Amino acid sequence: MRSFRNLSFWLILLVVALVALLPTLADSAALPFLTNAATMRENLFLLLMLVTLASSINIIMGYTGYVSFGHIVFFGLGGYFAFYLVQTYSVNVLLAALAGGIGASLIATLIGIPVLRLRGAYFALATIGINEAMRAFMNNFDPFGGALGMFFNYAVYDSYGGAKNAGELAYYAMIAVTLATIATSFLIKKSKFGLGLLAIREDQDASQVLGIDPARAKVIAYAISAFFPALAGAIFFFKNGIIEPGIAFDLQRSIEGLVMVMLGGYGTVTGPIVGAVVYDRLRSALITSPPITLGSLTVNLSNFHLVVAGILLLLVVLFVTAGFVGWLRNRFPAVRRFLE
Amino acid sequence: MTASHSKILQVDNVSKRFGGLLALDRVSLTVAPGEIFGIIGPNGAGKTTLFNVINGVYPPQQGRITFRGEDITGLSPFKASHRGIARTHQVVRPLGELTVRENVTVGACYGRENLPLEKAEQVADEVLDFVGLTARKDMLASKLNVAQKKRLEMARALAARPILLLLDEVLAGLNPQEVADMLTVIRKIRDQDVTIIMIEHLMHAVMNLSDRVFVLDYGAKIAEGTPQEVSNDPRVIEAYLGDPQVARRFMEGAG
Repeated sequence: MRSFRNLSFWLILLVVALVALLPTLADSAALPFLTNAATMRENLFLLLMLVTLASSINIIMGYTGYVSFGHIVFFGLGGYFAFYLVQTYSVNVLLAALAGGIGASLIATLIGIPVLRLRGAYFALATIGINEAMRAFMNNFDPFGGALGMFFNYAVYDSYGGAKNAGELAYYAMIAVTLATIATSFLIKKSKFGLGLLAIREDQDASQVLGIDPARAKVIAYAISAFFPALAGAIFFFKNGIIEPGIAFDLQRSIEGLVMVMLGGYGTVTGPIVGAVVYDRLRSALITSPPITLGSLTVNLSNFHLVVAGILLLLVVLFVTAGFVGWLRNRFPAVRRFLE
Repeated sequence: MTASHSKILQVDNVSKRFGGLLALDRVSLTVAPGEIFGIIGPNGAGKTTLFNVINGVYPPQQGRITFRGEDITGLSPFKASHRGIARTHQVVRPLGELTVRENVTVGACYGRENLPLEKAEQVADEVLDFVGLTARKDMLASKLNVAQKKRLEMARALAARPILLLLDEVLAGLNPQEVADMLTVIRKIRDQDVTIIMIEHLMHAVMNLSDRVFVLDYGAKIAEGTPQEVSNDPRVIEAYLGDPQVARRFMEGAG
């Protein structure tokens, strides 16, 4: 566990934690210039969720080289499992989230054993199929509410001291999940296991000759990368109070996750974080910007972020394959030691 | 010497077929510990296939492979690696986006000794020094030139601390100075009691280095013996030059 002695390990976690705690500091009047703490907390909640999603995708995609297009399936599954436990058995949301995470990892293991034999585009296609199949299944699965999904009676929040406190609990839980995801990502990257994953990404057949069991390593990586999105999903839908198949298994969010990873730099620890922040800021800037009038034509930018996402992905893949952090690392080898 | 000591690897009647092509036709050979065993033969003779069958890339359709007294037929490559069989590839396969040092560390981590990361990095540094790549250790492997990539293949295999090392044309594509350097490295490896099987096209190198030479043509053995015996074998000359009678008549006609 050499990573614990690594300065950048603590630095990344510290920066993320500090930013995440800004609204709390604003509330306690330590930062008087921050007046919109409530809005900020909402925005940061979503941002932390995106960081978790992107960092998790990076473990299977960036480290192992398997593009999990439908990774959002684990977010949805974790959400559904936890929601059901909280609603039906009044399980504490934190325990329910953990159960959802373990459930998602188990399913990832079962799916991964056959599907991770596929390589390249075939694997990516298979993961889309899994997500779509899961959505269709939930649409027709009555115990989980079918197409209508499930929603909380407000009484659910009473055991957490009301909706406001439940919201705060969800916020701090999301911070914890995000920090755990980043820490895990870092530890994997710097471990023997992680080196094995990188070797598989570079050349699976050669890695096998060097003594790595690719089938086993890939399934473990996939199970880990399924765990954290499931936790995030559990907390997100707990706070949301409603879960339905369309939101839980939203392929668009999955693709946005891939864009964040590519934008920031696949295979790096900080890349997905940077990618998530940039993409999220860009999206919110576009959503809130006023319509543009070009002569007789009025363009509304509020749905424009997907166009931008597509163009960005294209540009990154064509010109800066390594992404922002990857580019920095290649361009200035001196920063490699600090910028994982 | 006991029986198990006189042979480290035994290939018994092994056949491998790809569709209609019989790549290996009932091949048998025995390798003694500590020797350099050369394998030669024309292009397409099945030499690399033989390596692939030995270290488990393909299972043979027929026959048995015994390594240090244990049956390893059809054992997957990573298990072969754990038992102490390392190899280099004819077409180099660097892990391009990893540094040279990381490449070699992979070999040490997952090889015969299954080392933890920190110990593996020490071994990697030693091996890089041994093959003369220390100056390049922080470069990305994809940025190396051909000779350096060949050394990297060698270093990665050595970092696994193998008992048996399979070298697949490590001299191909090197200039005379690089060949000489590589031969020195190979001799040093042999001096560390590693058994070596080498496939090579460069005749003077195989004949100089090998204790015994095995000749493969169309997937079958056509000769085996010391370098002198093999180079005087008419079947070997025929395989390389065509019909020796024709060759002689051609020479007489020219004279």
